[in-house]
Amino acid sequence: MIDLIGVPAGRAKGRASGRPLLAAAAGAAAELAGLGLIASAAWLITRAAEQPPLAALSVAIVGVRAFATTKGVFRYGERLAGHDVALRAQATTRERLYRALIPPGSTDRQGADLLSRMVDDTDAVQDLLVRCLLPAAAALVTGVAAVTVGLFLLPAAALVLLAGLLVAGVLIPAGTAAAARRWAARIAPARADLAARVADLVHGAADLAAYGAEERALAAAGEADARLAGLERRQARANAAASALGVLVQGLTVAAVVLTAQGAGAGSVVVAVLALTSLVSFEPVLPMAAAGERLTGVLAALRRLREVGAAPAAVTEPDAPAEVPAGPATVEVRNLVVRHDASRAPALNGVDLTLTPGRRVALVGPSGAGKSTLLSALMRLVEPESGTIRVNGVDVRDLAGDDVRRVMTGLTQDPYVFQTSVRDNLRLAGPEADEAELSEAVRRARLDRWVERTGWDAVLGEDGRTLSGGQLQRLALARALLHDPPVLLLDEPAEALDETTADALMADLLDATHDRTTLLVTHRLRGLESMDEIVVLENGTVAQRGTHDELVSSPGYYRDLWRSEALTAGRY
Amino acid sequence: MHKDLVRLALGERAVRLHLVACLAAAVLAGLLVLLQAELLAGVLSGRFAASALILLALVVGVRALLVLAQGAAAGRMATGVKSALRHRLLARLQESGPVRPASQRSGELVTLTGRGLDALDPYLSGYLPAVAVAGVVPVAVLVRLFAADLPSALIVLVTLPLIPIFGALVGMHTRAVTEHRWRALSRLGGHFLDVVRGLPTLRAFGRARYQAEVIQRVADAHRSATMRTLRVAFLSSLVLELAASLSLAMVAVPVGLRLLSGSLDLSTALLVLLLAPEAYLPLRTMGSRFHAAMEGVAAADEAFAVLDGRAENGSPGPGAADGPGANGMADGPGANGRADGPGGGVRADGPGGGVRADGPGETGRTGPERGTAPEIRLEHVTVRYPDRSEAALEDVSLVIAPGERVALVGESGAGKSTLLHLLLGFVSPSEGRVLVDGAEIGDHDSWRAGLAFVPQRPHLFATSVAENIALGAPGVTTGEIEAAARAAQAEEFVTALPRGYDTVVGERGVNLSAGQRQRVALARAFCRPEAGLLLLDEPTARLDGRSESAVVSATRDLTEGRTAVIVAHRPAMIELADRVIRIADGRVVPAGEPVVKEPATRSPAASVREGGSSS
Repeated sequence: MIDLIGVPAGRAKGRASGRPLLAAAAGAAAELAGLGLIASAAWLITRAAEQPPLAALSVAIVGVRAFATTKGVFRYGERLAGHDVALRAQATTRERLYRALIPPGSTDRQGADLLSRMVDDTDAVQDLLVRCLLPAAAALVTGVAAVTVGLFLLPAAALVLLAGLLVAGVLIPAGTAAAARRWAARIAPARADLAARVADLVHGAADLAAYGAEERALAAAGEADARLAGLERRQARANAAASALGVLVQGLTVAAVVLTAQGAGAGSVVVAVLALTSLVSFEPVLPMAAAGERLTGVLAALRRLREVGAAPAAVTEPDAPAEVPAGPATVEVRNLVVRHDASRAPALNGVDLTLTPGRRVALVGPSGAGKSTLLSALMRLVEPESGTIRVNGVDVRDLAGDDVRRVMTGLTQDPYVFQTSVRDNLRLAGPEADEAELSEAVRRARLDRWVERTGWDAVLGEDGRTLSGGQLQRLALARALLHDPPVLLLDEPAEALDETTADALMADLLDATHDRTTLLVTHRLRGLESMDEIVVLENGTVAQRGTHDELVSSPGYYRDLWRSEALTAGRY
Repeated sequence: MHKDLVRLALGERAVRLHLVACLAAAVLAGLLVLLQAELLAGVLSGRFAASALILLALVVGVRALLVLAQGAAAGRMATGVKSALRHRLLARLQESGPVRPASQRSGELVTLTGRGLDALDPYLSGYLPAVAVAGVVPVAVLVRLFAADLPSALIVLVTLPLIPIFGALVGMHTRAVTEHRWRALSRLGGHFLDVVRGLPTLRAFGRARYQAEVIQRVADAHRSATMRTLRVAFLSSLVLELAASLSLAMVAVPVGLRLLSGSLDLSTALLVLLLAPEAYLPLRTMGSRFHAAMEGVAAADEAFAVLDGRAENGSPGPGAADGPGANGMADGPGANGRADGPGGGVRADGPGGGVRADGPGETGRTGPERGTAPEIRLEHVTVRYPDRSEAALEDVSLVIAPGERVALVGESGAGKSTLLHLLLGFVSPSEGRVLVDGAEIGDHDSWRAGLAFVPQRPHLFATSVAENIALGAPGVTTGEIEAAARAAQAEEFVTALPRGYDTVVGERGVNLSAGQRQRVALARAFCRPEAGLLLLDEPTARLDGRSESAVVSATRDLTEGRTAVIVAHRPAMIELADRVIRIADGRVVPAGEPVVKEPATRSPAASVREGGSSS
């Protein structure tokens, strides 16, 4: 059975539950037609050998022809319906996964590899239907039909057949499912180990070459591969044993059915029909062994997806969100405490901050001081342990998260570049923006030269591969300027830029944000003279605050950093 | 059949054996079905006694054993092929040099080499045996049918070819469309992943919910388009099923009528009934395994494309640009006159004072001698990458004195990293020469043994922190590793890790901060005390003030008595250098422009920084 892995589709609407039944019915009908075909043919031939009048055979002849014709048609219907169902199911799963991920949560910090595995997991739903449930339904119907036929002809033989079918259709698949669980537990770490070694070789190529460690790393990858191959070989043997067992059960059941029937003194017609029905009834049942194996992986994937859905959201949305207060936004942060991990010290421990309209505040401090956490709290991406954040007097906890981010947003950490055109990468921050506004944002972010060279419609590669770190930062800045929120948040806009460009960018930025409510997180102090307030965070608390002149004249982190920067500044 | 893949399977002795065993077992098991049908027909018709059922059971047993053997051999063969391919891919990666992966789709290469090759399993262990069976068993069935009953054999003989013919006809008709859809669908899968990865960005701009609708809408459109295609594509399987079942009817009904007239015996009739489906079954099996196998073919194509160097973006590594002016783009280095390297004046006032600049090794220079700081001289060096029209470095001449600390500054993309890669031997000059103590770099491995490199984003390997530090010096003692960590100001955070130096670094070093990774990389350099040349690529990029001062301070210690080339853009790091060389558009900006750096006097800032760190 083929399977369109990796196929996303739209939400299954309407008669979502009817379609799988239809697909299952078509599949069962195809198998039943096959069973009917062989049974009626067997009856036709053995009965004909007894040389009855032709009329006695006419029903069987019609049956043979009818079953032969409908089998193919049912199979065609099953495949179409099955794929339609699978595509819909996967689309629904993906959509659910996406919607589950929309609220800020723990999954935000997961690596790209985990995310892509999560997306792969949505394929499992397809497999569940196409490889497990639909074939199982067809096998069940066929088995029941064959045993029923047997019961009419010779109950003893039917019991033999039932036993055989139960072994092949229940016991063996249960065994393969259990074995698959055991193997997965051993193979998954081996596979991860190999992936890590290969990633080391690819991503660490320069480090390895520089230190002459390539051969060692290559050998380590070879060993990981050998370990995995060993496990896979044993797994293949185990799976082959299951298939062999299936063949054995089928053959022995047929032999036993014949023996039973002949022993009971049944006529040659009955014996032949029983034997051929038994033989054919195993055809949809034998693949259940592989289905059982696949089911293990499918269930694990579904469990992981359910965990994503069940993961608690980082922030609680209000049941009845308050209106966003009108007018220029004033943001007041009072005694804010944020703790990422209950067992560790708070990331923010009693921070006060006020952003009034038109006021620009800079946030500086060593890494890990809590600068980004404060931005996350402002953007309602983390829930404070205590303290308040108010926008024009309204607590952000009473506002919808999206509304809070409508007020406060901008350039966030690790901006993402989508695999789409330059234009669309910008447009997501301003869907209604016209060409002039786009160009203006790009110019202010000092990205205009690059855009001219690359073109507005150039598609950016995976992980923004066609962008340098500096260009990525500028693209993110252009997005923030285009979006133009009431309170502009900028997280390290000059990160990864070289000194000259960073200076120019910061100058431009300070120019562009004039009279705009801005909170700027930065590690470069140049240009901060024009900020209305500078807040120095250390260890989650405000260590110093004031204007540039005030901070430079008192000892502390700011003055230390300023001196080291000032002494080398202006050199170029 | 995938020619490259089959060739590879036949090329490896062990794999070839298992391939042959697997195919032979599959074919034998297929042929035993004939014997099984013979026995069953005999017993059912009463021609054989019931005791023949024992023989039947025996045949079934042998078939089961063959199935087991086939599966086991297939497993061995498939893992053998995958290992061989993996081995070749990694070897190929090694050949193409360390610079390329950064520019190429390295993530895809990792996936391909790991999980991607698993797509070969259905092809190797499912499809290939099915092809072999389809090639042999229908013929054997036909031969037996001809011997048993000519009219039935003729019906099967005529209808059997219909399956491949119709399959080919429908296939030809739909192939292009189907493939187009498959590609579109896999693109859509990529699009979904893209959106999920970019969710934080979408959320920041209030576009997350909107995108959910886009996902739905696009997927819906794709599903209808796919189903339209499948309606036609599945016609081939409809024909296949119909041909098989209708032929059975076409065989069974006349056979019944001839039995009625007494011109055929029951045993033969039952044999025909049992055998006829077996002629079609192998073809159906092959067809049903085709699509899963095609994914394997795609994976194989991708793998061989990488191996043959025709992968997407797969320019041969810059190392392949050897041979000065080999590519026709070379337009001579003299475009800018033969101005001597700006700032080329040798300033041998090494900061450590203790520079033992013993005379340059005259010939066959393979690496800096142990513990000596080499002199580096670039003579009219031009570096071109095959996939770029502009030279990465153009006519660069400069001299770096033994023990001198040089800062390379300039905009990103100016050529700083290329210069560093040149000294690392990752790229070779297209024109000009790189001289170390007067001799050209010979063997890269022994040359690199005498230098230490701290990249901008050091890769931490999925092993212990200790092994990461000892990367370039596998034989060092625990004490030496700890000393190196101490010198790199890494000791404090390493000992705070759950298992200290034995802590295994997580996925791509996620559990260490950028500053900590940088210090592990510095510790690597400290672990090579004999390295006379130090190459650092923006070691403080992305670091905040405190981490920066720790790294700068460690770098200062590290550069003592060594020739150092530091790509820098942060003032503190630039200040550390004896001389600043500015690079713009692949050229050295002549000294005298506003690049001149004051000699490194003891500045208040330096004392501030040193006061702030532990030294």
